[in-house]
Amino acid sequence: MIQTKWMKQFLSLIYAVMIAGFCLLSTSVSAKVETRAFANEQMESDYNQLIAELRCLVCQNQNLADSNAELAQDMRTKVYKMLGQGSNKEEIVDYMVQRYGDFVMYRPPVKSTTFFLWFGPLVFFVVAGLIVFSYLRKQKAADQVSVDQQQQKKAHSLLDDE
Amino acid sequence: MIPEIGHFALILALCLALIQGVVPLIGAHKRYSSWVEVAFPAALGQTLFITISFICLTYAFIVNDFSVGYAARQSNTELPMIYKISAVWGGHEGSLLMWTWFLAIWSAAVVLFSKSIPQIMRGRVVAVMGLVSVGFLLFTLITSNPFDRIFPAPLEGRSLNPLLQDPGLIIHPPMLYMGYVGFSVAFAFSIAAMLGGKLDSAWARWSRPWTNIAWVFLTLGIALGSWWAYYELGWGGWWFWDPVENASFLPWLVGTALIHSLAATEKRGVFKAWTVLLAVFTFSLSLLGTFLVRSGVLTSVHAFANDPERGIFILMFLVVVVGASLTLYTWRAPQIRSAVKLNIWSREGGLLINNILLVITAASVLLGTLYPLALDALGLGKISVGPPYFNALFVPLTIPIAMLVGVAALARWKQDSLERMGKKLVIPFVVSIIVGSLLPYLLLDDVKWGAVVAGILSVWIMMTSLLGIYDRVAGKQNKWQALRNTPRGFYGMSLAHMGIAMFVMGITITSLYSTEKDVRLVKGDTYQIGDYSFIFHGVDSVTGPNYRASEGRFTAQYKGEEIASLYSQKRTYNAGGMPMTEAGIDAGFWRDLYVSLGEPLDNRGAWSVRLYHKPFIRWIWLGALIMAIGGLLAATDRRYRQSVKAPSPSTQAVTAGAA
Amino acid sequence: MARYGVLIGFFVLMTVFAVVLNRMNEGEYNPKSIPSEFIGKPAPEINVPDLLNGKLVTSADMKGQMWLFNVWGTWCPECWREHKFLLQLQQAGVTIIGLNWRDDKAEAMAMLTRMGNPFAKIGYDPDSSVAMDWGVYGAPETFLVNAEGIILVKHAGGITPAVWEQKFASHFQAKNEAQL
Repeated sequence: MIQTKWMKQFLSLIYAVMIAGFCLLSTSVSAKVETRAFANEQMESDYNQLIAELRCLVCQNQNLADSNAELAQDMRTKVYKMLGQGSNKEEIVDYMVQRYGDFVMYRPPVKSTTFFLWFGPLVFFVVAGLIVFSYLRKQKAADQVSVDQQQQKKAHSLLDDE
Repeated sequence: MIPEIGHFALILALCLALIQGVVPLIGAHKRYSSWVEVAFPAALGQTLFITISFICLTYAFIVNDFSVGYAARQSNTELPMIYKISAVWGGHEGSLLMWTWFLAIWSAAVVLFSKSIPQIMRGRVVAVMGLVSVGFLLFTLITSNPFDRIFPAPLEGRSLNPLLQDPGLIIHPPMLYMGYVGFSVAFAFSIAAMLGGKLDSAWARWSRPWTNIAWVFLTLGIALGSWWAYYELGWGGWWFWDPVENASFLPWLVGTALIHSLAATEKRGVFKAWTVLLAVFTFSLSLLGTFLVRSGVLTSVHAFANDPERGIFILMFLVVVVGASLTLYTWRAPQIRSAVKLNIWSREGGLLINNILLVITAASVLLGTLYPLALDALGLGKISVGPPYFNALFVPLTIPIAMLVGVAALARWKQDSLERMGKKLVIPFVVSIIVGSLLPYLLLDDVKWGAVVAGILSVWIMMTSLLGIYDRVAGKQNKWQALRNTPRGFYGMSLAHMGIAMFVMGITITSLYSTEKDVRLVKGDTYQIGDYSFIFHGVDSVTGPNYRASEGRFTAQYKGEEIASLYSQKRTYNAGGMPMTEAGIDAGFWRDLYVSLGEPLDNRGAWSVRLYHKPFIRWIWLGALIMAIGGLLAATDRRYRQSVKAPSPSTQAVTAGAA
Repeated sequence: MARYGVLIGFFVLMTVFAVVLNRMNEGEYNPKSIPSEFIGKPAPEINVPDLLNGKLVTSADMKGQMWLFNVWGTWCPECWREHKFLLQLQQAGVTIIGLNWRDDKAEAMAMLTRMGNPFAKIGYDPDSSVAMDWGVYGAPETFLVNAEGIILVKHAGGITPAVWEQKFASHFQAKNEAQL
């Protein structure tokens, strides 16, 4: 079978369109409503939070809660079971990250490579503040200069008058 | 034949756009008045031909001409006529043509409705818009021609996607595009000003109505998208911080900063350079959004499936347009810079802080959206940045903005004092703390501190806006006359700010107090959420025009009293495909009740059902609607329309100065 | 001064985009593909019954030889396409352990009967427990595990002669040379 580059791209395009089509249609309009029994409210809220913050690997624009991909269904079930077995939220997230990498978390980790992501806004604040501050200072200095110039003019005119 | 006419019309439009773009700019530089004049008929001609082109494309859809490849990919003989027409802008090529068409329409509008603006400036503005049109027309003709024929022509188009057959989805893209494209006018005004080397407050007065109207469209477009996602997609969500959603939100944030900055530039002549920069940024973000959506660099279900070669074209276009604008700015900024002194304790000072906060918010959203891409491109790993990140940064940024909203409007221009403001704000402050804290307690069951903060902020904004109106009548003899003398722009501003208050309440309450339950129900079961009960009456089979469905019937009760009947269908369309769920929604001002039928759980009538109670969710879109109405009021202020009638002596002096 | 910053920042951003687009064009970058966490790490366990005979399939059993782990299902069109090449590989002496993921047992067995069975063993994974443990997110996916049980290569998508040459063949050659 001759695999030209064109052929490869064409096939992957077909495949991508199929996945996109599935994912577009699967946005819970054909919702799989799973009825789960939770031991307590805390577990239910943990479950809801986890499936909202974990990313679906198949329909990558959805979280686990909204995706109907079969892998997403299985991952939700896994989360539910792990909660039932007593794992806490961090452990479950770690479990998923170990297998799928940071990509599976919608909350980006705080590590050296994401330092600027998390602290960037603060940096923006500081930079903006500095710009405004220096602008106001320059203005004040310009004012001072013009006041000095005015005073000089006045002094000159007084001297000239004499 | 018709598609070929459409194609040809597009080529003619390109030629006219080239003339529209190049000739007047040379003419303005060399003071050839006749060359500048060329801009206006060229723009009108370009609009005419693109309109013809769009009509030809629509015709192909209406008559099911599937030899036109784009029509075959987007349409289907069984689509109702209105959805055949809306399918024209459902894909990349057609929506791009719509973009280009709207750009031409806005240029024509500038030609027709800005007769009072000095000729050279007007010529430059239309010319710049023409240059942008050239870029888009080239992009369309070279990489994304909607009129390409395919052979053999299929007998039937692509199979139907029921999701896309919806009124909300018809109107959402055109509204958005009107907004994106509308900001090109402010952009063109900025470039024109920089080319001319002079910027006076008249320039701001000319730019404002155009910018406000673009902002109104963008606000409505984003709100429509959110509302559509909520009722159609069935997961109760209304914003996901998806990269493409962010791409629409970024120009909105910076555009909001722009309309405020323009106000300060007009009234006091401050921030000239910054306003120009904001105008360039806003339109650049519109273009960046186009790039992100159509190049394939970002994964999003919204994005048009595209190849990177189109992405390279748009990228080059972006580099040329934005790069040239920023270079021009870097060169000319010293010349257009404001000479006016800025006092931080004044209305313009408040606007400055407001704008800084908005721009920081936009920069942060941009950072979060592009970070995964940058990291991946540098080989530093693959991460996801989603709602947890954006919500974490959005909340601390919007609180100070909300606090400023009413306050800056009350401050005096040029100079105000903390003391005077302090005295003025005591009453609103006290009232908002008391009422705002009580609101969650009165309106909802339990009190969460997020709701308290939102309550205080919303009441604060309402109080300060009302105080602003009160100020206009205080001490006046004829209060009614004073109200009538108040310019429309003022009411627009107050209304828009009140819209924000509503919006803030809506998103906070809905985020904190929504309840969603997936339950197992058999006929006769009741499920309780708060004071509401849902009674399940079982599932019947129904047949629709082109589908068969299982329909679940529910009754909703409030405190035991029946208030609504809800129906949710699980449809299987005759054309095949996956079953689709139609949710049953009881919409209300204070809350939405929502049912969605799941699956049969056994053979004896048990079904899984999703039930929602979403308090205050309508406030989100109502708030946005009120913001938009406020913007529209402001844009139609008499001050802007006056100059259209006859040039007054003051404008003539300006004309002489600017030319 | 700040204005130069803006201009520079803009061109930096455009360069990033240009780099990304270029890599996409070359086929080196696909926003949707997720790199494997297990390259260079020990292969996870399998521990599910065989599709055909019910015996337990484990990674531990495979220590001492190089093997491929291929995730497939009858619902996956690419899997049908690569099947012939997998048979060729098996005939050339490559050991392939299959994972029948989220599939209907009867249909899977029918496919193997019809098209041939390239697998030495096939784990049956109806609930993605094995798939999740291996970081699988689509089918077909193929892993190359060496004799010490370390994952050397992961390929998402169908295996074709070109892919084999590019990603897998060199490891087998190295092994052959080492044996000599």
